[in-house]
Amino acid sequence: MNIKDIENLAALARLELTEKEKEGLLSDMDSILGYVKQIEEVKIKEVKLDYDLKNIWREDNPGQREFSKELIISQFPDSQDEFLKVKKIL
Amino acid sequence: MIDLQNLTIKEARKKLDAKEFSAVDLASAYLAEIKKKNKELNAYLEVYNDVLDQAKIADEMITKGKSYPLLGIPLAIKDAILIKGRRASAASKILENYISPYDSTVISKLKKQGAVFLGRTNMDEFALGSSTENSAYGVTKNPYDNSRVAGGTSGGSAAVVIGNMALGALGSDTGGSVRLPSAFCGVVGLKPTYGKVSRYGLIAAASSLDCIGPIAKNIEDARIIFDAIVGHDPMDSTSVTDSTYPKLPTKKIIGVPFDLISQEGIDHKIKEDFQSAVKNFKNLGYQIKNIKLPNCIALYYIINFAEVSSNLARFDGVRYGLHKNGKNLLEDYLLSKGAGFGKESRRRILLGTYVLSAGYYDAYYGKAQTARASLKKEFKELFSEVDLVFTPTSPIPAWKIGEKNDPLSVYLADIFTVTANIVGLPAISLPSGSIEIEGKKLPLGIQFMAPHGREDLLFEVGKKFEAIK
Repeated sequence: MNIKDIENLAALARLELTEKEKEGLLSDMDSILGYVKQIEEVKIKEVKLDYDLKNIWREDNPGQREFSKELIISQFPDSQDEFLKVKKIL
Repeated sequence: MIDLQNLTIKEARKKLDAKEFSAVDLASAYLAEIKKKNKELNAYLEVYNDVLDQAKIADEMITKGKSYPLLGIPLAIKDAILIKGRRASAASKILENYISPYDSTVISKLKKQGAVFLGRTNMDEFALGSSTENSAYGVTKNPYDNSRVAGGTSGGSAAVVIGNMALGALGSDTGGSVRLPSAFCGVVGLKPTYGKVSRYGLIAAASSLDCIGPIAKNIEDARIIFDAIVGHDPMDSTSVTDSTYPKLPTKKIIGVPFDLISQEGIDHKIKEDFQSAVKNFKNLGYQIKNIKLPNCIALYYIINFAEVSSNLARFDGVRYGLHKNGKNLLEDYLLSKGAGFGKESRRRILLGTYVLSAGYYDAYYGKAQTARASLKKEFKELFSEVDLVFTPTSPIPAWKIGEKNDPLSVYLADIFTVTANIVGLPAISLPSGSIEIEGKKLPLGIQFMAPHGREDLLFEVGKKFEAIK
């Protein structure tokens, strides 16, 4: 792993990093990934669990919820007519 | 004067109902204690300004003859659990001014009982850490020794319980975050079975591992809080019911992974304390069986990084939380995330992005998921032979603030606790003894893990241990 990899990951994650931070993260990640790499050595046979946890679905029925709309809107960085206002994308 | 040092939830209930003191008296006593200690310990990030109003409402209910186990009981809540209309920051700058628009399910349940919320407690930012040193608002100090950490990530919640700044607390546990600070602070901490307590309204760290659990002075109090928050919730799709897991007959056999405990890196005083606890359980009539357990740190952290990076992606400065204005939307993201996330959060976002990236997915995350399924199977077989698995809670006692600079060395402190989260088992940390370092007494903890859905076995064994201590 090198500085370029860190920059690439940070760009993917939309994180801005300083030059100094990149170097620190590079050395941290080298040592942490070096450690967790031992997962490669674990030998596992095919596993099938007998009890079966599955997705829980529910009907999407309208109902009374306790949300405070005003509180949500008041926390938007920018809003107009009770809608969230964002910067132009295209 | 109320004797807070020896007060338990159970005792307080009796005295509140008998009108020996009022909920306002009790809350005032805690507020006075908080005022004296919090500046130094930094356990509460915020003490609510309406505590006495809450207590007054509880007193009115008591006067009307109402009684619930937690009516008028002053509790502390980890800063990751939402209370409507109150701040919840997960100890992060990115949520510094965030106000919850709804109640988490656990809070709704506590409110129904008339519990009094004293304030929100300090933690590692987004529950990433083992010492509360990753809080954006400063470390929480250990009440036993102010130069040491209180443990993490629910460090504030454990510190306030032992520091007589709350009668009980809620924490959350992703890889040991309720149990480790409980061990470091000498209190009882329970991580319930995955899905037994609803996470609706808990700020997520790693969703397949996160659990909300109580921190209390003793087993009985932990059970009272657990009983108040447990239960199936349609708002949490991972919620389980009483019939999800089969109940096996018990055999009075405790499994101990002696290989894992005897290895290097485990403090010799912790080994000694653990051996004497093993002896105690033999004397209580339990059979001790030597079992094999793998070191699960690598497996755990791969899953943790992956899920944390996914969960933290939602904090982008668009809908709520910190917003930094850039030239375009992309720059808004970069600046907001760059300014809002602390060091450990950034580290795990990058690590998670790495282990989930196309070229490395199979080698890391894919492999970890298979290993996880295999471990679950191993535990299923193991619990046909033993009732409980017994280990120390932490390989080392509370460390000095700032002593551990290397993130990996902090991760390794979770060696005994992560297993329960990977498998989804309930586990409890109990205060077992203490050691003296540099003239200061430091508590130690022991941990039991039980089969899915069997918190009752943890309470039972915990009560027995308390009785002989």
